[in-house]
Amino acid sequence: MVLKALTANHAVAEAAKLARVKVVSAYPITPQTTIVEKLAEMIEKGEMEAKMVRVESEHSALAATLGAAAAGARAFTATSSHGLLYMHEVLWWTSGARVPVVMAVVTRAIGPPWNIHVEHSDVMDQRDTGWIIGVAQENQEAFDLTLQAFRISEDPRVYLPMIVSLDAFILSHTVAPVDVPSQQEVDAWLPSRRQPYVISPETNVVMGNIADDADYYMMRYSINAAMEAAKKVVEEVDEEYGKAFGRRYGGLVECYNCDDADYIMVLMGSWAGDAKKASDLLREKGYRVGVMRVRFVRPWPREVVQEKLSNRKGVIVFDRSISFGSAGQLFTDVAASLYGSTSIRGVVAGLGGVDVRPEDFMNEVTDFVSHVEEFGRVYEPLRWHLPPKYAKSLAEEVSA
Amino acid sequence: MSGTAAVVEKPKTYWVAPISYPAPASSGKTGLWRTERPVIHLEKCVKCLYCWLYCPEDTILRREDDYVYVDYDYCKGCGICAAVCPTNAIDMVPEGGES
Amino acid sequence: MPLRLADLPRRRYGSPGNAACPGCPETMGLRYVKMALGDNVVLVIPAGCSSVIQGIRPKSGINFPILNIVFASAASAASGMSSAFEMLGQDVKVVVWAGDGGTADIGFQALSGAAERNDDIIYICVDNEAYMNTGIQRSGLTPYGAWTTTTWTGKTEPKKPLPFIVLAHNVPYVATATVGYPQDFIEKLRKAATIRGFKYIHLHAPCPVGWRFDPSLTAKIAQLAVQTGAFILFEYENGRFRLSPYSGMYRDPKRRVPLEEYLKLQGRFQTVLKDPQKLEMLRAEIDEMWRWALLLEKGMASPELKK
Repeated sequence: MVLKALTANHAVAEAAKLARVKVVSAYPITPQTTIVEKLAEMIEKGEMEAKMVRVESEHSALAATLGAAAAGARAFTATSSHGLLYMHEVLWWTSGARVPVVMAVVTRAIGPPWNIHVEHSDVMDQRDTGWIIGVAQENQEAFDLTLQAFRISEDPRVYLPMIVSLDAFILSHTVAPVDVPSQQEVDAWLPSRRQPYVISPETNVVMGNIADDADYYMMRYSINAAMEAAKKVVEEVDEEYGKAFGRRYGGLVECYNCDDADYIMVLMGSWAGDAKKASDLLREKGYRVGVMRVRFVRPWPREVVQEKLSNRKGVIVFDRSISFGSAGQLFTDVAASLYGSTSIRGVVAGLGGVDVRPEDFMNEVTDFVSHVEEFGRVYEPLRWHLPPKYAKSLAEEVSA
Repeated sequence: MSGTAAVVEKPKTYWVAPISYPAPASSGKTGLWRTERPVIHLEKCVKCLYCWLYCPEDTILRREDDYVYVDYDYCKGCGICAAVCPTNAIDMVPEGGES
Repeated sequence: MPLRLADLPRRRYGSPGNAACPGCPETMGLRYVKMALGDNVVLVIPAGCSSVIQGIRPKSGINFPILNIVFASAASAASGMSSAFEMLGQDVKVVVWAGDGGTADIGFQALSGAAERNDDIIYICVDNEAYMNTGIQRSGLTPYGAWTTTTWTGKTEPKKPLPFIVLAHNVPYVATATVGYPQDFIEKLRKAATIRGFKYIHLHAPCPVGWRFDPSLTAKIAQLAVQTGAFILFEYENGRFRLSPYSGMYRDPKRRVPLEEYLKLQGRFQTVLKDPQKLEMLRAEIDEMWRWALLLEKGMASPELKK
């Protein structure tokens, strides 16, 4: 193993190379661009034996990736924000086809107005599409999760495409040390590609013609069955990856300071690092607070969430995205899993890359704690953690 | 360039495949759609094979001697064969009358 | 070397019992693809009549392995497949079979991208001149004056000159063909299969349902389109343009069959036939295509640009 200084985008590109991806097709979009640039460079230098289809759009990028994968080649793409939304139709087509594919999504805000900074609305918009969605906290994890994604996606219990999500700029463009295993080590760990069928003159397979309604229904049932099975596969892959490379993440969720915690913060992505810091600082002040970092949005880790979060004094969910007219998407899933067994509050924060510091998490938690202590059982789906420059003026406007 | 194609392995979870294979009758016995059937008069046939060439359904079949016959199980009765026949060797006869 | 029908093997090229309407030009065309290219082919089919013609799982009424794909990205999916076969060391012809909507309108961006990249695929546009699968709505390739369910009094714009637009991408091979002259289509397909890079064949495909004619007349109307000059058969190969023999004899408008003979067999042109001004507009659309074709024939294409 070699420690390299890499941005998460370059780490993801390295992982795709080490996975021996044969076809890459992607379209540039900030902040994903440096992934496709790096892959193009590695292919043109001959460091990576793959073909790149330099498509004219993201819709085409995923279509080309699916085409290559259906023909039997390991294929990879990457996108962000509007690119991901433009692909949305093909995401459904890919999962419906049950063809293993891996895609990196650098999570970014959606316009208008134009904003290229971190937000989870783009990836959260895909959670109903039948893709497995894993979320990294750091550069190393972005690398590890990309390698793991091929193994999860190509597992015969799963056979679903997978998104590896990493946050804009905070990960994508920030250099950090990444432990990169050798090609031999990766070859020993990652089996050759498996998939449920291949479309070729030899197999004569036709994918996607009309099915009767009952068959269609059962195909949807089977996608969900594969999602449920993927929970076990994710845990297994995490454990085997740990054995081979020395890093384990806890499977579907990572729990930090959770064992004796009265209150638990739930969130995903890079800002979990700030939340963990807040948890440490709160403990110094006598608050027993832990962090549950959701690593997989889909399949939704319902059982773990129930096991770890029920019977706490309170759960506070931080969403970096919102379903307008409802609440943060993570909140909705957590609340549905807990069905009122504990006090819960949803906080929407950090939209459009607004910085959320450990002290912001601390303030939200202490406010929640005092609320629970004052009123007993609390159910509060949506609280806005406003940016500093607006926090005071809005409060005045509301009270006026 | 070459690489290894994927190993095809059956899924290990409940699975209804979104796949098919080419086969006749994907829409049933389409001969039932027919309102007129082509009747070939071989004494007028010059084996030009135009009917065989233009038939959209692959339901004009060639014998070893290249005279042709009709697969009535699937012939939809469009009448293209009769229209392209240079010797008028094919008549379109209404279905439902005497055979 | 002209194609002798009797030399084509006795076998089933299509898949009977499919869901195509009687007299369908698409199932005709698909048989010719099989006759021309044999079995070493994978089709990529975007949404359209051909998605339906396959019929119901677990059978398929089109006799090829197929990747059905979303409407807008057939060319890109084919590029991906072709790249995969290349990387896996397999020599497979990847053929897009798309309608005029999937090619000229919603799929145009992907088509243009694949052409510009010169990806190694054969792209066949099956042009039935409207969105037939959704019920005969106008497309960019509907001719001037034609009735559709979104142009009740006739289309007010001319047909998009798509083969020339693809030709302007300067790809190695562009051809037009028709289900009316299958041997010509088959020969063009066979030639396309020998060329590396992007190949485009525009297949004129009269639709009995959408054009309002008797299903027995599909081949005849396709031939009349050529004989009246309404559809021009040509080839563009490595920077050289030439009219195909079936159209070559109609350079001189006086030798063409009167346009009305083509129009009067189709319900969709009835308003054109009743209105001399509209008829002139349609003639002008056709004349313009001939002007382009004859200019290209005289050597407008620069040989230096050829790929």
